[in-house]
Amino acid sequence: MEEKMGGSNGEDSGEDQFPVGMRVLAVDDDPICLKILANLLCKCQYQVTTTNQAIIALKMLRENKNRYDLVISDVNMPDMDGFKLLELVGLEMDLPVIMLSAHSDTKLVMKGITHGACDYLLKPVRIEELKNIWQHVVRRKKPDSKDELAAPNHDKARGGTGEAGQTWVACSSDQKVNKKRKDQSEDEEEETEDNGRENEDSSCQKKPRVVWSVDLHRKFVAAVNQLGLGDQAVPKKILDLMNVEGLTRENVASHLQKYRLYLRRLSSVATQQANMVVALGSRGPSHLRTGSLDGFGDFRSFTGPGRFSSASLPSYQSRGTFGRLNSSAALTLSGISSGVIQPGNSVNGLRKIQPVVFPANQNQNGVLFQGITASIELNQLSQTKSTNHFGEYNCVDERNVFRISSSFPDARVVVGSSSNSLSTASGNALVLQGNTQQVQCSAAFENLPSFGMTSLNRESNDLSVRGSSNCLEHGRCSENWQGTVQLSNFPPSNEQLPSNNLQESIPWRNSSPSNGCIALSSMASSAFLGDSRADMLCKAGLNNSYSHVDSRVSASGSMMDQSNAVSSNTNDVSLFSHLNGEAPFAVWLSEGDKSSFDTDLRSNDNFLFLQSKPQNGFSQNNFESLEDIMSPVFKLEQNNETAFMDGGFGFDVAYPLGSCM
Amino acid sequence: MMSLHDNRRWKPRLLECEIPASNPKSLQISKPKKVNLRPHFLLLKFAFLPGFKYPVAKTGLPLWMLGLDADRLRADLNRLLAFLFHQGILDEQYLQLQQLQDESSPNFVSEVVNIYFHESEKLLRNLRSLLMDRDFSDYDKMGIHLNQFIGSSSSIGAKRVRNVCVAFRAASDQNNRAGCLRALELLEHEYCILKNKLHELFQIEQQRLLAAGVRYPMLN
Repeated sequence: MEEKMGGSNGEDSGEDQFPVGMRVLAVDDDPICLKILANLLCKCQYQVTTTNQAIIALKMLRENKNRYDLVISDVNMPDMDGFKLLELVGLEMDLPVIMLSAHSDTKLVMKGITHGACDYLLKPVRIEELKNIWQHVVRRKKPDSKDELAAPNHDKARGGTGEAGQTWVACSSDQKVNKKRKDQSEDEEEETEDNGRENEDSSCQKKPRVVWSVDLHRKFVAAVNQLGLGDQAVPKKILDLMNVEGLTRENVASHLQKYRLYLRRLSSVATQQANMVVALGSRGPSHLRTGSLDGFGDFRSFTGPGRFSSASLPSYQSRGTFGRLNSSAALTLSGISSGVIQPGNSVNGLRKIQPVVFPANQNQNGVLFQGITASIELNQLSQTKSTNHFGEYNCVDERNVFRISSSFPDARVVVGSSSNSLSTASGNALVLQGNTQQVQCSAAFENLPSFGMTSLNRESNDLSVRGSSNCLEHGRCSENWQGTVQLSNFPPSNEQLPSNNLQESIPWRNSSPSNGCIALSSMASSAFLGDSRADMLCKAGLNNSYSHVDSRVSASGSMMDQSNAVSSNTNDVSLFSHLNGEAPFAVWLSEGDKSSFDTDLRSNDNFLFLQSKPQNGFSQNNFESLEDIMSPVFKLEQNNETAFMDGGFGFDVAYPLGSCM
Repeated sequence: MMSLHDNRRWKPRLLECEIPASNPKSLQISKPKKVNLRPHFLLLKFAFLPGFKYPVAKTGLPLWMLGLDADRLRADLNRLLAFLFHQGILDEQYLQLQQLQDESSPNFVSEVVNIYFHESEKLLRNLRSLLMDRDFSDYDKMGIHLNQFIGSSSSIGAKRVRNVCVAFRAASDQNNRAGCLRALELLEHEYCILKNKLHELFQIEQQRLLAAGVRYPMLN
């Protein structure tokens, strides 16, 4: 577990044998704890420096930023508050900081997280906990490439204790193993490898993740329009026209493919009153394997880990519209190996996964689902896990398309529904892409490798909600999925999907029969087993009430917490197409009710949680550091109050289908 | 200098019947076995066989009998530890501390415990002076002291002391002065017990090491 990447290649032993030799700075005014901590860290083979004053610690850090990899600091110190030190270190040096305290008060822990701590340990510190702290270093250094690649590091972390998201991590690593991604991921992987080796050297080696922000997408669209959608729109030319740094041809290519599919779908959807729109784009090009919205055939691509059965596609009727999912699609995430959350293919009814795209002109539900990349396993009770990919789909500028990806692993969800054809609800990814100002909280999810969702920029109007819902349904996807779909009137609030497998059930307007709960968030390991037989209910409604319709969600504790933490920005957008022919789906949550929603979310146990199926041994959603996820979320929350929807998606917004064109 | 030759002759036997050389890390918590003693009795019997010559130290005791002390002490140590665990005075964290002691830090436990005593007494004095003050109102400050006390006590493995501190902190959070005073009394009491027991523990340990050193002079 200690060794990360391979052994030494003849290089300096300190560098290559990470985490051995990781340099830790320990700060604590209590000499006893400091001494014990130092000794414990030495036993873990780290290089330790200690000081009992925060001021000295800061001085040492400022002298040379690269001298330390990790800081462990006590909370109560006489000369400076531990939280303040934490902030300063985070701001100035961007080093991971672990808080230490004798006090286990939840408020303090929360405070630590909101201030950006990577972890919060309680005294007495045990050596097992210290053995894992190196992951924070790795995680910090490579936030972007981690989503798909959950590097071998994470793999090792599997054995760690007390880390949430272990499963996720493991999933990611599995995903990596089985990835279906092509060159891009390989490139990234190599990069990660290299980065990993150089971990000790530089503290910031971030590989930029391609986030298809609204602006970027606009440029893209402009370029495409300029070239004409026909033969002329080749990725190379588009890339040149867009003239954006750091964008590769592959990024553009996959985005283009997605876009094309999206357009195709739109046109076919125009005839349907879709119920559900699930659009999930996988995050980044790398995830978009098939970014096609069309039929799930394309979305079969799940990253990865071969756990997904790609399947579901057969039953999908792919064409562009997402089928309505009758009953709730339960997003279940089970130990997600790959961390990608795929859009709920499951959303589209079980067996018939039809992406439902609501025409923009439709009522308020202009929910467009794009690209569902989900591996939905239909009819399959296999315990495969599919992850939902959240694709970032930015294709629509003006539309509010929320992307919610939820993965429905074992469709456990199912409330009262019929047989569950959703044996494995593969990712119900509901991706609603909204392009309102509200922004998506996906930024928070950047850290999650498992989620393909690229974080939409905060500024962007896209809401991508990443959620991999952990549906603990195994094979029981009954018709009623419990997708949490919350639709109500617009103004969608930003939904910040709690990062870990949080399925938020979005209250349906009134959907009695089908309660789709789409788990919107779920970032963490999303192993979806899923069959999406999903009847996702998409109930779009103007309803602001967040009544969680019988969502039977079994919440896993972790998800709850997560959701609690994150729910502030929840966008309830869940689109489920109601298989029963219920019309609409409104997918926007009114922002006004956001707070109430939050409360609801929190208090409800509408969340679907997956009970992780042990099948991969990832039971439970182990979220990898929750804090990692949370802190960006909180940061986002803090920074972006304004970004929340202020009326956003609502009906006022026209979601012209063609708007993005 | 005693003749080592004689020792060597007996050594194999000693090794047979001894518990392997005591290792500070391997302190057993369980009830000390009485089995160890039996072989000694056998040896004793054996040794007194007529015509059997055995080496005798200047003290008049056979050399190998001196080794009994180490075992006895080890037994005492285990018994004391078992007692402390049973009473809740110490917990597993103390064992972790012992595991941290090794060749690179041979006196780790005693160093840490000494620092602990030092700091704790300081804290107790502060707490008492705070509470004795008639105009006392600064519960926050008391809370800070208590936090430190809790942290250090739990790191040592001093379970009872820690628990009393937690109760103390709760009383302090409620600004309950009377409760704080009671808690302080209890805390001082518990701390005294702990300190005495730990001293005892160290004494036995020291003696045991000495005795073990005597037994295997070459190995040392």
